Amino acid sequence: MERRDFLKIGAGTGGAFVASFCLPLPAGAAKASAKASAGGAAFEPNVYIRIAPSGKITYVIPFVEMGQGSFTAIPMMLAEEMDVPLSSITVEQAPADEKRYANPVFGMQITGGSASMIAAWKAVRGAGATCRAMLVNAAADTWQCGAQDCATRDGKVVQTATGKQLSYGALASKAATLPVPKDVPPKDPKAYRLVGTPAKRLDTKSKTDGSTRFGIDTRLPGMKVAAITHCPVVGGKVRRVDDSKALAVRGVRRVLVADDIVGVVADHYGAARKGLAALVIDWDEGPNAGFSTAAWKASVRDALKRKGIVSKQEGDFAAAKAAPGTRLVEVEYDAPTMVHAPLEPMNCTLHFHDGACDVWLGTQAPVKTQQAIAAVSSVPVEKIQVHNFLIGGGFGRRLDAEYVGQAAKLAKQVDFPLKVVYSREEDIRHGSFRPLYCDEMAATLDPAGKITAFSHRLSGSSIVARYAPQWLQPGVADPDAVEAAETPYSIPAKTVEYVPVEPPSGYMTAFWRGVGPNHNGWVVEGFMDELAVTAKADPVAFRLAHLGDNPRLKAVLETAAAKSGWGTPLPARTGRGVAVLNAWGSHIAMVMELAVTPDGAVMVRRLTTALDCGVAVNPDSVVAQMEGGHIFGLTAVMLGQLTIDKGRVQQSNFHDYPLMRIDQTPRMDVHLVRSSAEPGGVGEIGTAIVAPAYINALYAATGKRFRSYPVAPEELKA
Amino acid sequence: MAYQLKINGTMRSVDVDGDTPLLWVLRDVVGLTGTKFGCGMAMCGACTVHVDGNPVRSCSFPVEAVGKQAVTTIEAVGQTPVGKRIQAAWVAKDVPQCGYCQSGQIMSACALLRQNPRPSEADVDAAMSGNLCRCGTYPRIRSAILMAAAGAPAKG
Repeated sequence: MERRDFLKIGAGTGGAFVASFCLPLPAGAAKASAKASAGGAAFEPNVYIRIAPSGKITYVIPFVEMGQGSFTAIPMMLAEEMDVPLSSITVEQAPADEKRYANPVFGMQITGGSASMIAAWKAVRGAGATCRAMLVNAAADTWQCGAQDCATRDGKVVQTATGKQLSYGALASKAATLPVPKDVPPKDPKAYRLVGTPAKRLDTKSKTDGSTRFGIDTRLPGMKVAAITHCPVVGGKVRRVDDSKALAVRGVRRVLVADDIVGVVADHYGAARKGLAALVIDWDEGPNAGFSTAAWKASVRDALKRKGIVSKQEGDFAAAKAAPGTRLVEVEYDAPTMVHAPLEPMNCTLHFHDGACDVWLGTQAPVKTQQAIAAVSSVPVEKIQVHNFLIGGGFGRRLDAEYVGQAAKLAKQVDFPLKVVYSREEDIRHGSFRPLYCDEMAATLDPAGKITAFSHRLSGSSIVARYAPQWLQPGVADPDAVEAAETPYSIPAKTVEYVPVEPPSGYMTAFWRGVGPNHNGWVVEGFMDELAVTAKADPVAFRLAHLGDNPRLKAVLETAAAKSGWGTPLPARTGRGVAVLNAWGSHIAMVMELAVTPDGAVMVRRLTTALDCGVAVNPDSVVAQMEGGHIFGLTAVMLGQLTIDKGRVQQSNFHDYPLMRIDQTPRMDVHLVRSSAEPGGVGEIGTAIVAPAYINALYAATGKRFRSYPVAPEELKA
Repeated sequence: MAYQLKINGTMRSVDVDGDTPLLWVLRDVVGLTGTKFGCGMAMCGACTVHVDGNPVRSCSFPVEAVGKQAVTTIEAVGQTPVGKRIQAAWVAKDVPQCGYCQSGQIMSACALLRQNPRPSEADVDAAMSGNLCRCGTYPRIRSAILMAAAGAPAKG
C-alpha cells in the first residue's frame, strides 16, 4: 500500500476536519485489495474521525456495543491519543460495508471473538495520534512557531512558552488544509492519563432511564408487528393454515405464510400473540422428526472412530507410552449443546419499498444481515440499508442473521414496515446451537509425575465451515474448533486431531460465548486435574510444574491460588477447584470454592480470578466482563440443559431453561495482574474458565469425577 | 373496549381487548418502549412496572386489571426520590452491560426500597431474584441497591 493512501484529510461541512484513515487489512484481504486496485490505487478509508468547529469529535465505530463496553473503551484510546476529554467523543455506528469496516482480525464486518479491543488497539491509536499531530501543526502554523513549542491538553493546543491556547474546534478547518504527517507514533503508555483508569461507561445513563433504543424498540409510521411460529420440529414445513380464528382477533390485520413459518400481523404484539395462539396449523414435520440429543451425541462419539485432521503433532506419543514406569491415562469427555438466550429476543423490523429494503435491528453482523435478506428477496445487497442499534445481548447469537431472512420472507409480502419479534419460546426452540462435542483424551505420566505425552482427539460441528469457509484451508483443521485444544503446558509430545461431524440440516450450530476455547478449556483442564490426581500432586503445584514456557499464566495461577487461600483447610463436602486458560491474547486462572449438601445441591461460595489481559484499557469494564462472564459460565455448567427429542427442542422458556439468578450468585473477587502487553480479549475468557473450575471443585468436595455437565443432584448425594 | 389509564401521571385512552397484557399497551400502543419484553410469562422481570407503587410483571398483567391504579414506568420513576437515588447508584456502580434488563431491575429495586428502605443483602437477593440478567450484572445490582439504601433519609 502506498504511504500516501494511509490518510486523507478533507474539510467537512461547516468547517469540520474529517480524517479518514485506511488501515492495514489482514494478509489475505490486503492481497485481494491490492489486486483490485492495481489499476490505480483507490483510497478506501476505513476509519473516520470528524472534528466539528464546536470541538465535538465523532468517531465512526465499526464495532457494535452489546454490553462489553466497547463504546467506551475504544473512544478512551482515541481520547488518550488526541488529548481530549472522553466526554467530547461521540460514536456513530458504521454502516454495513465490509470493504471499509471489516474487522482486520477476521476480514469480515463482525463484532465477536473477543477481538474488538485487539483490532482497535492497532487501528485507533495511530489514527488519534495523527489527528493530534495535525492539530498541533495547525496551531504552530498560526502562531508561526515550531510544533515542538506546543503541547496539547483537554482538546486544546497550548503554546508552552506563552500559554496561548487554541481549541481543536477552532483549528479544525485549518488542519484540514495542511500536509499529512507520516508515521506519527502513538503515545508511550507511560504517559497515559486515561487508558488504564476506570472510566465511567458512556452508555450507562441512558440504560437507567429507559431511553436507550434497542432494535426491538423500533417504531415507524404505518408499522405493524408480527408474532411468528416455526414448526415445532426443527426444519419442518407449513402444510396448511386455518387462520379464520386468528383473523377474528381484534387488532390482527394479516396472517402471512412462508414455507417454514407463519406470522400474525397486528397493530400490537399483544394482538399478534393472541392471533398466533388461535391459528390451526398443519405441519409437515420433515426429515428430523426422529432426531434427538442421544442421536446427536452418538453420531459425534461415533465420528471419533474416524481419522480426523491433525492440527498438532509433536514428539512421539507411542515412545512415551512405552517408556518404563509410565502410567497411561485415557478418558472421554463431552460438552453439551446449548442456546444463547439473550434477554432481547430475536427481532428485526423490515421495510421493503421501491426495490430496496431498510432493516432496523441490533446485530453483530450487519453484512450477514444484508446477505440474509438478499438471499430470500429480489433486493440486491447494495440496496439493503442496515440501521444498527445497541444490542440487548449477543453472545454469538447475533453473529448470525438467519432469523432476519426468515422475517424477510414475511415482510416482503407487505408494503408497510413490519416488526417481527420472536417469542422466548421461539428463541429457545429455534435458536442456533452450541455444538455438541466429544473428546478422547490420553496422556502419559513418567514415574516422577511429569506428563510426557498428551493426545486430544475431538469431534463435533465445524462452525467455521458454515460461517466463514474462507477461513479454512485445505487439510487444515477448523482453527476455532481446535483453539486451546493442545493445552498451554510444556509437554514433550502433543497430538491434537479433529473430526468434523454435523447434525442434520436445520440444526444450525453457531458461535456461543467462549467458542472453541470454551469447549477445549473445559476438557483439557478437567483432564489436567485427573492427571494431577493420578500423579498424587496438588492441582496447583502440578500445573505450575508444567507451565515452564508460560510465565504470564504461571503468574495468574500463583495470584489466584494465593488470593483464594488455596491449601487452607475446608469443612467436609466443601472443595476448591482450579483451572487456567490462555486464549484471545489473555491469561486467566480461577479458583472456585463450593459446598455440596447431603441431598446433592451445590452452593458455589466464592470465585477468585486472576487475569492478565495485557493493558486493561478500562479496568472496571474488564472486571465487569469477568463477573458477567463467570455468571454466564455458571449458568451453563450448573443449569445448561438443552435437549432434543422427536426433532423438537424440549425446553421453551426460563422455567425449564433457567438462567442464574441474583440469589445464586457467589462472591467474586477479580484480580487484574498488571501488564504492559497489548490488550487481549476479555468478553469470553471469563465464561470459558468456569466449567473446569466447577467440575474440579466438585471432585475436591465429593471425590466424584465428572466428564460431562450439567451434573444432576442425584449424582452428588452424600 | 377503551380503557382510561393513568400512566406516568398522564391519562391515556387505549382501545384494546381487556386481556391484552399491559406490556404491549405500554410499548406498542402508548409508545413507552423503556419497559422490555423478555419472556412473556413473568419469569424474567424485564417488563416490571409499578401499579400503585407495587412491582408488577406487565407481560402477564391484563390491561383490564389496572382500573384506576396509577402506572409508573422506567421513563418516570426518576421523578421519585427513591428512583433518583437508585438511578444515581446504577450510574455510580456502572451496573448495566447490554442494559436490556435494567429497566426491570431498576423498577424492582425502587419497589424494594420503597417497602424496605434499609434492606440487608439477603433482602436484596430475595426481592431481586425475579429479575434475570443474562450479562450477569448481579454483583453490581446488589452493591448499587445497598449504596442507594445507605443514602436513604433516616427514618423518623
